[in-house]
Amino acid sequence: MSNSNSANVGIVIVSHSPKIAEGAADMVRQMVGNAVPLAWTGGDIDGGLGTNVAGILEAIESAWSPAGVVILVDLGGAETNSEMAVEMLPEDRRARVVICNAPVVEGAVIAATESSGGSLLAAVKRSAEEFYA
Amino acid sequence: MHDANASRATETSVPLTGSAVLVNAVGLHARPSVKLTQCAKGFAAKIELALVADGPWTDAKSPVKVMRVKAPQGATLHFRVTGSDGEAALAAMLALVHDGFGEV
Repeated sequence: MSNSNSANVGIVIVSHSPKIAEGAADMVRQMVGNAVPLAWTGGDIDGGLGTNVAGILEAIESAWSPAGVVILVDLGGAETNSEMAVEMLPEDRRARVVICNAPVVEGAVIAATESSGGSLLAAVKRSAEEFYA
Repeated sequence: MHDANASRATETSVPLTGSAVLVNAVGLHARPSVKLTQCAKGFAAKIELALVADGPWTDAKSPVKVMRVKAPQGATLHFRVTGSDGEAALAAMLALVHDGFGEV
């Protein structure tokens, strides 16, 4: 589901559909490579379409990097549940996790590209959000 | 991190330029754009690219901006590089384009 092999900013993909989340992660791995910690989560706890806070927390944990983590989300609940997950993080980690206002697939690839070059958290977020600029 | 070095270098060196033809079938689409920006980010130098020799210039370290150039196969990519490691940077960018981003 994920691996973490560098100090680069981590990427978390949150979609209502586990297939979308996994597929977006596949694109990141194939296009950008393995230089960034990456994790995905999707679906509610019953396996249906949706998102769940526990799954998001797990993904953040698994993509964790001292440089921080950016989260790419699709719709509504993915964002509110991600916000909730961030609030539940230990205080020292909370400020280093940000949700991007970017399309989930494109944003994930761009954020990972930026991160793979060693960019800081704010630059990774900014780059992903350029899609809407 | 790199930005500070690049701007310092900008003040002290003259831009290097070079060009190469895009040989890979898809042109500068998503995957090649990612490879190009990743390569560019490995250098402190300021690296820009354009479809014509006098610009407009695009920051080669920005994946979104590079993709927006939508350079097709057969297009000539011009590079303008400024910085202490500019020579190596320019050589790496030209080699990447020549080799079709490893896709040919």
